[in-house]
Amino acid sequence: MNSIFGDRKTIFILLGPALLLYTLLKMVPVLWSFGLSFFEGNTLRGFDFVGIENFTTFFTDKAALQSLGVSVFFAIVATIGQVALGYGLALLYVFVLRKGSSLVRTIVFFPAILPTVAVALLFKSFVAVGDNQGPVNDIINFFGGESVEVLASTAGTMATAIVMTLWSSMGFYAVLLYAGLLDIPEEIIESARLDGANGLRLVKNIILPLSLPILLSSIIFSLNSTLKVFDSLLALNNGQPGTSTAPLTLYMYRTAFEYAEYGYGSTIALVLTILCLVFTLAIFRSQRQKAEV
Amino acid sequence: MNKLSIVIVDTPLKRFYSHVIPRIALHFVKEDVMNIHSTRSRKWLALGIVVAAALPLAACGGSGDNGGGGGGSSDGGTDPEAFTVMTANENTVIGPTLDALAADQCKAENEALPIEHQKIAQADTVQRITLLASQDALPTHTIAGTALIRPTGDLGAAGLVGDLKAALEEKDAWDNVLPAAASTVEQVYGGFVSLPYQYNIEGIFYNKQIFEELGLEEPQTWDELAEVSQELQDAGYTAMAQAGAAGFPLTRLLGMYIFRNVGPEAMQAVADGDAKLTDPEYVAGAEAIAEYAEKGYFGEGFSTRDPDATSNLFLTGKAGMAYDGTWLLSAINDPERNQIGGENVGFMPFPAVDGGKGSIDQYPANAGAPMIIAAGQFGPKVKDWVACIAENYGQQALQDTGSISGFAVNGEVSDISENTLEIQERISGIDETVLWFEALMDPKSNSLASTNGTLLTTGQMSPEDYMAALQDSIDANR
Repeated sequence: MNSIFGDRKTIFILLGPALLLYTLLKMVPVLWSFGLSFFEGNTLRGFDFVGIENFTTFFTDKAALQSLGVSVFFAIVATIGQVALGYGLALLYVFVLRKGSSLVRTIVFFPAILPTVAVALLFKSFVAVGDNQGPVNDIINFFGGESVEVLASTAGTMATAIVMTLWSSMGFYAVLLYAGLLDIPEEIIESARLDGANGLRLVKNIILPLSLPILLSSIIFSLNSTLKVFDSLLALNNGQPGTSTAPLTLYMYRTAFEYAEYGYGSTIALVLTILCLVFTLAIFRSQRQKAEV
Repeated sequence: MNKLSIVIVDTPLKRFYSHVIPRIALHFVKEDVMNIHSTRSRKWLALGIVVAAALPLAACGGSGDNGGGGGGSSDGGTDPEAFTVMTANENTVIGPTLDALAADQCKAENEALPIEHQKIAQADTVQRITLLASQDALPTHTIAGTALIRPTGDLGAAGLVGDLKAALEEKDAWDNVLPAAASTVEQVYGGFVSLPYQYNIEGIFYNKQIFEELGLEEPQTWDELAEVSQELQDAGYTAMAQAGAAGFPLTRLLGMYIFRNVGPEAMQAVADGDAKLTDPEYVAGAEAIAEYAEKGYFGEGFSTRDPDATSNLFLTGKAGMAYDGTWLLSAINDPERNQIGGENVGFMPFPAVDGGKGSIDQYPANAGAPMIIAAGQFGPKVKDWVACIAENYGQQALQDTGSISGFAVNGEVSDISENTLEIQERISGIDETVLWFEALMDPKSNSLASTNGTLLTTGQMSPEDYMAALQDSIDANR
């Protein structure tokens, strides 16, 4: 067996076709889109080479910059929230609930399997006002307050979107981080306890450093998924009021498919990709610096 | 790659990599660390990226050579294998009515060229049609985007839109198109390139019973409308049920105020660059709507209310008025949805504005979503089909669904509701129509007008800013 896998030609023959197919399916569309970002037009009108004009347009386009701001804000707040809540839950599973945590784990994880659009519609009805008023305003009315049009304001829509995202994804991050915490050797925790480390001190000095890799990966997963948020904000309030909650993905979709500007749409897609890359590298770099210190 | 190698030697991260990343990936990372890269392979990589980046150039180069000009083309078409009709999922009238014609009045045309149906979500129209047209795969008779089929639009400029007027005149069937509908189609699309399967006018539907109870008269001016709205609100009703979530029901009111104030050419002047939305007489429209909304006449939660919920608000007697198009007739004629009874539904035009140049008799009109014939497939058999539709669709649609089209009704129709008859009579008496606020705008400005509508009406954007943002968009996309 060793002699077969030691042979470069055999490896090439075995891996080559699948690798080629993978490369074609993954890389060609990405590079194609990259190429399109230097053009203006669509498949019907034809394409004109415009050099870096799409990129200069992007940085003077108020709507694009607003969407960029929405994406970054949403990604940072949602990531902090879902990873922090997930980590808290994971600690709860491991150190408090212990073996009895399976039922709670399942219940908290459940929203993660629901379709995002269904969750968005659910939350939309929670905060509804008017004829089909939702429970949130019913509670406000019960305590003597006046109904609030939550989705009529940017802050209200964004807050609803973030609560919705946390509700539906914290269970997933809790399970991910729980798996990481289980990997910490019991002996280390025991010896730390014998040395007098308990509660917060144990978490800060022992658990957190040892679970850092999985925590880091969770942050990267979370940032990359929340930067690309699309369906939930679309279904919740269609990026409204105005375009104040429209993320970059929604602006990209509208540009490419509603306004038929494929070139500029590709540019926005490229900016989004670079943004994901920058965030990921920033996390890696901060971790590296920490390790070097 | 050095960054990755440093990450690998960190103790916690090494643990992560060794546990989470599959071994195969780790293998590749290690290879990177070992610096297997050579200058040659980097050159190949760079070349690959350049070639791939240039691919779209070669692949897309052939699509811009479609000749033809604006206003539609009817020459040189070749009959397809079937009369393929693509309509929106949301439209439940065109498909069944054409099937009814295929089985009866247009039987001969159907035998020569059998009808086939395709469906599409209306929101996907621009994307799908652009793609299909670029692949020379348009259905014979298809829904399209408004801006696409204008002479300057992507389909119009490429000569892909069939000239229906020429075809109908050739077949002596032009008389079957109502002049008002023909005029509306030509005004919006720059030529008669869409069959008017619907002919809608817009105005204010009101609840006669509530008006009678409160002793209210049909308002003739904007100020009177505000007074009536206040009375309705005081009596506990939603004064004007509008679907803010859709955006356009709010901008319709804004546009109508402008047409009444500035005159029927108001939006054409903006499109031609002769006037700006930031001119005071245009900003007055935005101010009027913002003020109307601020007084709460649209009711609680209007900015997130969808069109169905809005219609129900009116049809269940909770709202005194609703500005809408005559497409609402299908709901009014449906006893399950209409709980106030057809006899209690009244219709009035959008009121005049004191001192304005527009008239209360100028109704906004539209002919539904555009339905074109692909120019390349406009052969003799397709022309026969189009002529047969023009001759018979009006009667069939009115009889089967109570919907009013832009075709003449040739033949008897029985059991038509009073509401439909009233609208039909009103349409026949209209001398001049106007378009709607966004009709002549590019797709981007059109979308902006709607989406910013909720900001304007919830006080989050001033009327001046709303109009300035829209004018900027129109100028940028001119």
